[in-house]
Amino acid sequence: MSKPLLEIKNLSIWFESFEGPLKVLDGVNMIVLPGEKVGLIGEMGCGKTTTMKAIAGILPVPPTIIRSGSILYQGEDLMKMNKKKSRQIRKKELSMIFQDPMSALNPVFTIGTQLHDIIKINEKKKGFIKGKSIQLLKEVLLPDPARILKNYPIQLSGGMRQRICIAMALINKGQILLADEPDTSLDVTIKEQIMKLLRELVGKYNKSIVLVSHALGTIKSLTDRVYVMYAGSMVEMASTQALFANPLHPYSKGLLEATPRLTGKGIGDGINGRIPEYVSPPNGCRFHPRCKEVMDVCRREKPSFFNVSKDHGVACFLFKNSRN
Amino acid sequence: MEENNVLLTVNGLKKYFLTHQGTVKAIDGINFSVKKGETFGLVGESGSGKSTVAYSVIGMYRLTEGRIVFRGEDISRESKNRSLTIKKEIQIVFQDPGTSLNPSMSNREILELPLKVHDIGKNSKERVERIKELLEMVQLPTNYIHKTPSAIGGGEKQMVAIARALATNPSLILLDEPTSALDVSIQAKIINMLIQFQQEFNLTYLFITHDLSLMRNVASQVAIMYLGKICEIAPTKDFFNNPLHPYTQMLLSSIPVISEEEEELKPKRIISVGEIPSPVNVPAGCSFHLRCPRKMDICLQQDPLIKEIKSGHIVRCHLY
Repeated sequence: MSKPLLEIKNLSIWFESFEGPLKVLDGVNMIVLPGEKVGLIGEMGCGKTTTMKAIAGILPVPPTIIRSGSILYQGEDLMKMNKKKSRQIRKKELSMIFQDPMSALNPVFTIGTQLHDIIKINEKKKGFIKGKSIQLLKEVLLPDPARILKNYPIQLSGGMRQRICIAMALINKGQILLADEPDTSLDVTIKEQIMKLLRELVGKYNKSIVLVSHALGTIKSLTDRVYVMYAGSMVEMASTQALFANPLHPYSKGLLEATPRLTGKGIGDGINGRIPEYVSPPNGCRFHPRCKEVMDVCRREKPSFFNVSKDHGVACFLFKNSRN
Repeated sequence: MEENNVLLTVNGLKKYFLTHQGTVKAIDGINFSVKKGETFGLVGESGSGKSTVAYSVIGMYRLTEGRIVFRGEDISRESKNRSLTIKKEIQIVFQDPGTSLNPSMSNREILELPLKVHDIGKNSKERVERIKELLEMVQLPTNYIHKTPSAIGGGEKQMVAIARALATNPSLILLDEPTSALDVSIQAKIINMLIQFQQEFNLTYLFITHDLSLMRNVASQVAIMYLGKICEIAPTKDFFNNPLHPYTQMLLSSIPVISEEEEELKPKRIISVGEIPSPVNVPAGCSFHLRCPRKMDICLQQDPLIKEIKSGHIVRCHLY
């Protein structure tokens, strides 16, 4: 196995609130290899976006409390080094695409100005910036780039705005692209176009991508490996193919069963209950109050990751004995 | 078609909005009829006018043109001019339960309002009984009666909204993307509940969604809208197995699916191009011609007419 590009180890993050600390992330472990496409799935409020923001280092302190853990980029701990240095690394190596392109772009500046601001972080040469902006917009297949540079975000459609966000994410020649539900707010035909573009560009620049999405179909078509997250920790990790063919964790099973299929054989029952309150999350496995196959041990202890096969691990006591 | 089997007929419906940029033709002449006890699915991208159809049927707008007939009675007017009986029979569930439930009212007040308006239950005690019954129906604990919407989760709010729609024992419920703001795990629960209510209370649904995979599982007829017009209507099975309109084919081929079995059901790969144009400047001729992979010269000049290919399968395209 090649050396991981990004590694998150036992990351726990709390948020201050009036009711007490919200214990959101509870020991997240995650690895991204160079050039790998990693998916991250789970319900709303599972901590997917918190994980992404922690990697990008954009969680506001306060209310964020980092309890423990480390984020290693090529072996260097981003959380331990001084702020200036970690900022340098993130600026050069990371870029992020947000869920809602309307709120990711500033409504009072033109697209040209906003691209200009980002490009000049790395390039100070005059005259270079405009050419670069136009080239970027061409790369994301936007028609008439010269006109678009003069437009405000409100004058563009949702799909066009998301293309601009992708263009912005391509400006630095970084290794990792964090895509936080880039497709959720788009229509199905536009979604397909955007995901196709993203796939091509990521392949072209050989970037690693961490893709968060609700649409399991999108995850399946774009990623190599998938993490399933529930209430602040990873509950299953598998190659995309293995996860969709043979989900092991009761939570992953529930999610897949609940997804409507084109075969029209009806929809599964879904998963009872909802994400726990983070002020006092359940003891033991955080999924146990909703789990159909709950055992006594689940209420007491948090399961560790059991490797079922080389590329398939699951945090569930049902698979304790299948360790190899 | 046997007239007595039809619950709702929409005939030549048009709804234009006047804006500073020009006239927005949100709905531009559509026809369909919904049979008793069925789920009629209405699909389209955002901006295609599908929600406007629901709002017109419920009477939120004054129609520009056309007729809406419910059980043989003409109801093509605004809600304030409709009789209480009609209002009682047609209910709606909105997309976002966060904004469709009044945050300053408790669940009891929310659910009591339709009962008061329609004189269901003699006194407050009887009404509370009915409210508890409604909450039990949507599988919420009865102590939720005192909670406000802000104290409960998104899925639970949508259950309250569904309970409110059921409160008056309606025969037609308009479901305007009832699950698109929710997680799949909760969506599954709500959809299964809706299917159960349909059988139990003999309900008819007009189901609006952009999720075709979901439509495959709930609808008995599917209509697809593009820029205020219906492109194709067909019984669900026919719609998915034998899509005729190039737009339908494009939509179906762009659904991301999660199993090989489904992949085989998708029509031949059609690459999606372009976006839905602004409804202010609708292209001349067939409004879809800008994105159509099979466009012909005639499509630029003439808007195609509706054609029934076989019983129940209607398509509006020059190819047929």
